[in-house]
Amino acid sequence: MLDLDLWKEIISALKKNRLRSFMTAFGVFWGIFMLIIMSGAGKALENGVMDGIKAFASNSAFFWSERTSVPYKGFQRGRNWNYNNQDLQYIRQNVKEVEYISPRLFGWRERAGDNTIRGEKTGSFNIYGDYPDYFKIDPWTPIKGRLLNEIDVKQKRKVCVIGERVHEVMFDNDEDPIGQYLKVSGVYFQVVGVIHPETRIGFGGQKEETIIIPFTTMQQAYNYGDEIHFFSITSERGTPVSVLETKLKALFKERHNIAPDDNQAVASFNIEVEWKKYTALFNGIQLLTWIVGIGTLFAGIIGVSNIMLVIIKERTQEIGIQRAIGATPAKIIKHIVAESVFLTTIAGYIGLSLGVGLLELLNFALEQGNPDEIFFRRPEFSFDMAMLALFVLIISGIFAGLIPAKRAISIKPIDAIRDE
Amino acid sequence: MITLNNIHKSYEMGSSKLHVLKGIDLTIDKGEFVSIMGSSGSGKSTLLNILGMLDNYDQGTYHLNGMHIVDMSEKKAAKLRNELVGFVFQSFNLISFKNAMENVALPLYYKGVKRRKRNMLAMEYLDKLGLKEWAHHMPNELSGGQKQRIAIARALISKPQVIFADEPTGALDTSTSYEVMEIMKEINNEGITVILVTHEHDIAAMTQKIIRLKDGQIDQIIRNGDLSEFRYKYSKELQTA
Repeated sequence: MLDLDLWKEIISALKKNRLRSFMTAFGVFWGIFMLIIMSGAGKALENGVMDGIKAFASNSAFFWSERTSVPYKGFQRGRNWNYNNQDLQYIRQNVKEVEYISPRLFGWRERAGDNTIRGEKTGSFNIYGDYPDYFKIDPWTPIKGRLLNEIDVKQKRKVCVIGERVHEVMFDNDEDPIGQYLKVSGVYFQVVGVIHPETRIGFGGQKEETIIIPFTTMQQAYNYGDEIHFFSITSERGTPVSVLETKLKALFKERHNIAPDDNQAVASFNIEVEWKKYTALFNGIQLLTWIVGIGTLFAGIIGVSNIMLVIIKERTQEIGIQRAIGATPAKIIKHIVAESVFLTTIAGYIGLSLGVGLLELLNFALEQGNPDEIFFRRPEFSFDMAMLALFVLIISGIFAGLIPAKRAISIKPIDAIRDE
Repeated sequence: MITLNNIHKSYEMGSSKLHVLKGIDLTIDKGEFVSIMGSSGSGKSTLLNILGMLDNYDQGTYHLNGMHIVDMSEKKAAKLRNELVGFVFQSFNLISFKNAMENVALPLYYKGVKRRKRNMLAMEYLDKLGLKEWAHHMPNELSGGQKQRIAIARALISKPQVIFADEPTGALDTSTSYEVMEIMKEINNEGITVILVTHEHDIAAMTQKIIRLKDGQIDQIIRNGDLSEFRYKYSKELQTA
């Protein structure tokens, strides 16, 4: 391949027809460029969404209550109901497959208006009552201070951890919020931590605009009695969370006089299923990307083959002369194939570089923004994929050149020279 | 050097068959300077192409330099063409995007000669033909005579034993034609067999032997000694015309 003369031949032949060479190369360039951009964008979407749920314990499920949809045991349909402390206790004692269970109260009644006051600052935030186990299922990290702990729950302490947005709104920039008090719906809570969410799926509101207080404190301070609005559960190792989900649903229905065939009242979802759903979705997107990308690429390569045929036609005489003065068919084929491979590879390489470059640029731009805000992250095109694409290009370059080359040597030198 | 025995050649023209050569018997010795003449369609170019291994024949035998030329693979034919023969065409057939020197050096490229050596040799041959200062010009910057001289240099560079020239002066004016023929003569004086096709009598008259073709057969072979008579006859033809 290190035949300097061959390369000189090729370069001069391509230079001779700059526009044509450029247009041909452009088809291939565009094919690979599109493939990379689409694949990178698909990957970015996948990264964005997957990042949002990957921190969730993959064996977790979540339950909340809806109105009943089937009349049962004298109750009409459309009944409102709630989970309660007895459910929690029962599950803790009787359902061995549960690893963690964390009940939650949504402070709906406390949500109205500017519910949080500190001196002259006011804000409107989500108020949740949670157990410390919740942070094991849907992880948060403390930026300042600490998370809630068992003692907070046991002693029904009036402490809270706050999201970053709450910190921003309720405190001055240089102020340390730890140890300060917030008046939340008429009750004072001491801030013990500022926390950052690791997942992007919020249950009922923006995660940054959240104040979390101990579950027991919330039940007592805001008169929720023994109500529970929401359960987060993880399954014991060895038990698929879907199995546990089904089991618990049946249990809840039984305990709350809900018809076994009521599919609405006990609402839930589990991360396992969501994960599978997303995985399938993004595999589909990648597959589609490749089908479209390869298709575009293929069109480009057909373009190369086509243009090579035209080139051969134009150069019939030249090839005839070359053969008259001693060029063997092998030499002619080598020349044409090398030219085709050269064209596709260069064009492909440029497309590859520009595509990856653009993705990098996009990535850089995205990183400048708030990384938690976007569902479009780290557009990327793996090195393996790039190598595969380049390999495909070279192979197709060979085929694109082979057809015209065969045609070129099938013309007799004498006919080629006569052709004027 | 060249022995043809009962050579036949026909072309398929759609459904009909065109019988171009109808049994050619011919011997050309080493070092001869031969012209093939004939009206258009008489088969002179076809004969030259068969001699030059650019085309194959249907029937008969062809020996070149003692070798039986028959059913050759393209590869072998290309090799023989490269080593044994040189071509000069009416339309010069230089490669347009290569300069004069590169055009001349091209046969050596196919022979596998290193770039530096073949460029040196090409310059030598260009110098011989008085074109040294044009070495780096592209073909379209040269006159017809210059182009033909470059084509001749290209034919000579592989040190062939036979030069085949298909109407080498066909596209040139009279004085340039004579210059080219002078070069051909010089080549012949160096011992290389020269065979050219022409339809110009004055050009043919400069060769040692004229083969006149008529309807695919040899009509007449005029030897060197008879040339004066031929010239006389030719001038008479001109007068009557």
